Amino acid sequence: MAFAEYPLGQPQADAPRLPLLVRLHDWVVTVDHKRLGIMYICTGLLFFAVAGLQASIMRWQLAFPHHDVVSPAVFNRLFTMHGTTMVFLVGMPIILGLANYLIPLMIGARDLAFPRLNAFGFWLSLFGGVLLYFSYLGGEGLTGAGTAPDVGWFAYAPLTERAFSRGHSTDYWILSLLVTGIGSVATSINIVTTVFCMRCKGMTLARMPLFVWLLLVVAGMILFAMPPLTAAQLMLLLDRYLGARFFDTQAGGSAVLWQHFFWIFGHPEVYILMLPGFAAASEIIPVFSRKPMFGYAAMVGATLAIAFISMGVWAHHMFTVGMSTMANTFFAASTMLIAVPTGIKIFNWLATMYGGKIRFATPMLFCIGFLFQFLCAGLTGIMLAAPPFDWQLSDSYFVVAHFHYVLIGGLLFTIFAAIYYWFPKATGRMLSETLGRWHFWLLVIGFNLTFGPQHIAGVLGMPRRIYTYAPGRGWELWNLLSSIGVALQALAVLFFVWNVIRALRQGPPAGDDPWDAWTLEWTTTSPPPEYNFETLPEVQSRRPLWDLKHPHDPDWRHE
Amino acid sequence: MINVTARTSHAEPTEEALPSRGRVGMFCLIATEAALFSIFVVAYLFYIGKSLSGPYPAQVLEVPILPTICLLASSATIMLAERALRQGYGVRFSGWWLLTIVLGGAFLRATAVEWRHLMVTHHLTISTNLFGTTFYSLVGFHAVHVTVGLILLTLVLILSVCGYVTQAQSERVAALSLYWHFVDVVWIVVFLVVYIIGR
Repeated sequence: MAFAEYPLGQPQADAPRLPLLVRLHDWVVTVDHKRLGIMYICTGLLFFAVAGLQASIMRWQLAFPHHDVVSPAVFNRLFTMHGTTMVFLVGMPIILGLANYLIPLMIGARDLAFPRLNAFGFWLSLFGGVLLYFSYLGGEGLTGAGTAPDVGWFAYAPLTERAFSRGHSTDYWILSLLVTGIGSVATSINIVTTVFCMRCKGMTLARMPLFVWLLLVVAGMILFAMPPLTAAQLMLLLDRYLGARFFDTQAGGSAVLWQHFFWIFGHPEVYILMLPGFAAASEIIPVFSRKPMFGYAAMVGATLAIAFISMGVWAHHMFTVGMSTMANTFFAASTMLIAVPTGIKIFNWLATMYGGKIRFATPMLFCIGFLFQFLCAGLTGIMLAAPPFDWQLSDSYFVVAHFHYVLIGGLLFTIFAAIYYWFPKATGRMLSETLGRWHFWLLVIGFNLTFGPQHIAGVLGMPRRIYTYAPGRGWELWNLLSSIGVALQALAVLFFVWNVIRALRQGPPAGDDPWDAWTLEWTTTSPPPEYNFETLPEVQSRRPLWDLKHPHDPDWRHE
Repeated sequence: MINVTARTSHAEPTEEALPSRGRVGMFCLIATEAALFSIFVVAYLFYIGKSLSGPYPAQVLEVPILPTICLLASSATIMLAERALRQGYGVRFSGWWLLTIVLGGAFLRATAVEWRHLMVTHHLTISTNLFGTTFYSLVGFHAVHVTVGLILLTLVLILSVCGYVTQAQSERVAALSLYWHFVDVVWIVVFLVVYIIGR
């Protein structure tokens, strides 16, 4: 009788909804890795919309020669904010969010090793993002017209010195990156500790899902790659506020030193952003090919090789600065070397798909798009690794096209794949396949239409970061195509937004395991309870759910 | 929710002893801090002899032998404190711990005296020349770490005097003392770079 009054055994969804303020408060004070993961990803997607809007304005400005949409000064601010936002406030939060949400579920843990440190990391990152955008208001101390940083996302010295960058916009840029950097490092410490100390019974390192392996490597890379940026930012702050001389060329300081410090961070950062994309693909491709991942050990080895080599390739961003032939040769060789482990990975994914019973669901479509486009990005990357080629095309639209093929064609596509794949787990609702297909095809066409022609514009000599150009140089068509592509991409993103809203309202229930997958996160309910697992799982192979579904032929017999 | 603990007649999975979270977390922090310091060290080495005007290191720097001995000795005392706690001697722990704080404080005081001397007598500030820039930033950055360490050590001392630090906490105390050892090792590098190579 008494049970009727105390609905203790009821599932969460049937419990009366708490007032909005209480629910919001719960989100603010939470230390739950799943909630923080979702907040990380939502933060990233929000900034993605902002930075995408900035890109659209730039493309509209460049659609026609002598187009006059924004002033040159505004254009400089736009590309600075776009680059900074996309790398630090879109890429980083989303990959850390995925890691946050999935790693404890995948290794059979109840939370990360340091839940409060986790919350600290998230709020620091968000604060850093707000700080960057506050520069629009406070860049000139609120009394002026207001301005944002305009020094480019790598902020080359001595442009950032007091004498050349007056006001406070650059200070906001420095502080924002400093703060988000500390947040990322805090979360990385958390991830490494979690993976080493919180694995469930039987989850040896060799049985961890590849996603966890790759994110472990990423977290390790952040630990070593983020500090150079932090140190360089501290030096810049000292220069700007205490009159130190680090990058003051008139006092003997070196502007090239900034470039070295920035790219010692900057190049590993590319792999920090890319490896989580690889990680998602390594979970999704096997499940939708109905085959175990081909070459698990090779995959882990290649990841470690990429992490190691990526720490020694930074100066390929600086071929045009005039380094010694020896240095040019070394960095060209190391850059080309990194293509080997990356190639191993691509072959592993292809071999996983080969002979598999492929299901072309939306997550898989995005992964296939990623494979093709990332290959293009890799090939132009190898071209740019050769110094003579780089001297010709450095700082041209060819480079812009190259790194957008990496970061959109590679990373963004895998992020969307991951969202389509794990959205049912996080919300308990399925996204629509039809809308997903619209999203995918519009994005593929729009993306390639935007960045494909930029290769040609670059080869024809169009420099990056120009706010306009004269007619008659053969760039008009390529720029127009590029700008039309942006409209298609924006439409694709709208389909995605609509898909998410629709799924949250009326999506069909997902069930625990909608994709017939094999890793531990699919054993718990969707969405998982706060404690993740009623009893902590125990695993005997790399595919614990396969073992459970096929007791007559479990994996551990073959491993 | 599926229960994955359901077992078959398969052999027990190999039982791994997982390391302590505090230690792994602290090692990660130390790794990332080491990377941070290495950039400041590289900047220092890169700018040796590149100052366009004086004062130069050879004219103004004195090798701080005594403070160095103090700081290195504090690594030994914190080890003794840690061992005392592991064996359950609370008072002995507090004693060695206090001595560690005193030694660290002595080091910090020596740095303050040195800086005052450089600024007042030799008019060397962070904006004077590249030597001043790199010297104050590298040594100052280390001093910040010593200060943070001292604050944490003092916190533990207060807790220990109040009777909260027992044998059960020895794992946590060990993590903190790892940090202190790291600060000492960094000083060895800074000492070599600034006072031996750079002079």
